[in-house]
Amino acid sequence: MKNEWPLWEIFIRGQHGMSHRHVGSLHAPDAEMAIKNARDVYTRRNEGVSIWVVEARHISATAPGDKGPLFEPSESKVYRHPTFFDIPEEVGAM
Amino acid sequence: MYAQMIKTARTGVKPREEMSEQERAFQDKIDAGIKIEPRDWMPDDYRATLIRQIGQHAHSEVVGQLPEGNWITRAPTLERKAILLAKVQDEAGHGLYLYSAAETLGESRDELIRLLHEGRMKYSSIFNYPTLNWADIGAVGWLVDGAAIINQVALQRTSYGPYSRAMIRICKEESFHARQGYHAIMKMAFGTPEQKKMAQDAVNRLWFPALMMFGPSDKDSVHSEQSMAWKIKVKTNDELRQQFVDQTVPQIEYLGLDLPDPNIKWNEERGHYDFSDPDWSEFFDVIKGNGPCNVDRMNARRKAWDDGQWVRDGLLAHARKKAAAKVAAE
Ligand SMILES: [Fe+2]
Ligand SMILES: [Fe+2]
Repeated sequence: MKNEWPLWEIFIRGQHGMSHRHVGSLHAPDAEMAIKNARDVYTRRNEGVSIWVVEARHISATAPGDKGPLFEPSESKVYRHPTFFDIPEEVGAM
Repeated sequence: MYAQMIKTARTGVKPREEMSEQERAFQDKIDAGIKIEPRDWMPDDYRATLIRQIGQHAHSEVVGQLPEGNWITRAPTLERKAILLAKVQDEAGHGLYLYSAAETLGESRDELIRLLHEGRMKYSSIFNYPTLNWADIGAVGWLVDGAAIINQVALQRTSYGPYSRAMIRICKEESFHARQGYHAIMKMAFGTPEQKKMAQDAVNRLWFPALMMFGPSDKDSVHSEQSMAWKIKVKTNDELRQQFVDQTVPQIEYLGLDLPDPNIKWNEERGHYDFSDPDWSEFFDVIKGNGPCNVDRMNARRKAWDDGQWVRDGLLAHARKKAAAKVAAE
C-alpha cells in the first residue's frame, strides 16, 4: 500500500461574505488534519473565516477538449445580457 | 535563482517547421499569453523542465529554512524571535505551494523529496552558505529574499497556471521577508560601532552569493532559450541580476555601509550600475556539493524526514482505522 498522505483541495471563505474559493491543495491523512493544516497554511494573515476540504480524488472536472462544445454556444446568445435591449430614457431606471 | 541551471532536453529553440501541429498550437497559446493548465496537452519536455524547475524551487524554500531556523532560539528579542518564526513558517508554506504545483504535472511530492535526499535534485546555491551571526539573518531577509522577490515577481507571468498562481501567493508574503530583514540590519548599521561592523561584514560575505542566485551569465546559460520561448522563464539571468543590483545599491548606501564591490559604479550611458561578476568557479563548486554547508544541509533534511516517519505512519494508520470503522458501521 502506498504510504503517501492523500491530496486535499482547500476552499476558503474570505472575510466579506463571499463564496468559498479554491486556494490550493495540501496532503493530510484525513479530513480533520487537512482542516488543521489548511488553517496553518492558508489563513495565516486573516484570509478566511471558514474552510472546506475535499479529497482531490472526489472532484470531477470537464475535459479541456470539451471546452468548445460546452462553452462556445453561450457566446452567440447576446440577448441574455441586459445591454442587448435598448430601452428609451423616458422609461426611467430599469 | 531559487531554480538555477535547469536543463532542457535541447539547447536553442525548436524551429516552427520542426514542430508538430499540436506543438504549434501549444506555442501559439503561450505566445497569446494563455495559461497552460494541468490537463491541457503539453510537450513532454515542457512538462519535464517545469517539474525540474518547480521542484528545485520548492526544495530551495524548504532547505532555506535551515540557515534561519538556526537563529530562532537566539534572536535578540522576543519580538524578533516571533518575526523570524513567522518568516520561516512562511517558507514552509512556499515549499508546499510549489510542491503542489509540481504535483499537478504528475510528480508526487514524496518522489521529489526522495530525489532531493538522494542528491539527484538540487536547491539554490545560496543556502549552502552559513549564517554566522544575527547580522546575517538581517542580511538574508534583505538580500536573499530581495533577490528571490525579483525572480518571483517576474515568474508571476510564467505560462504554467499553477506555477504562476503559486508565485502570486508567494510574492504577497515575500515583501514582509525583505522588509523585516532590512529593518533588522538598519538597527545594526545605525547601532554601536561593533554592530555596524557586523552589518558590514554580513553584506560583504553575502553579496556575491546573492548575485549567484540568478544563475550563470546569459552567455553560459545554454538551456535558457527554450525555457524563455515557453515562458517557463520570463527574464534572463543577467536581466534579473542587474535589476537586483540597481535596486540594492541605494539601500546599502542608505545604511551608510561600504559597497561590497569596488567596481560598483553608476553607468550613465547604460542607466544601470556596473558591478563585478561573482566568482563563477566558486558557484559551480557549490552547485557540485562543495560549498561550506552542503553536507550539513542535506544531513539535516534527511534527518528531519527520517525522524518524522513514525508521525506520518502513525497518523495514516489512525486515519485508515477510523475509515474502516466508519465503513463497518454503515
Ligand atoms: Fe519563500
Ligand atoms: Fe522568503
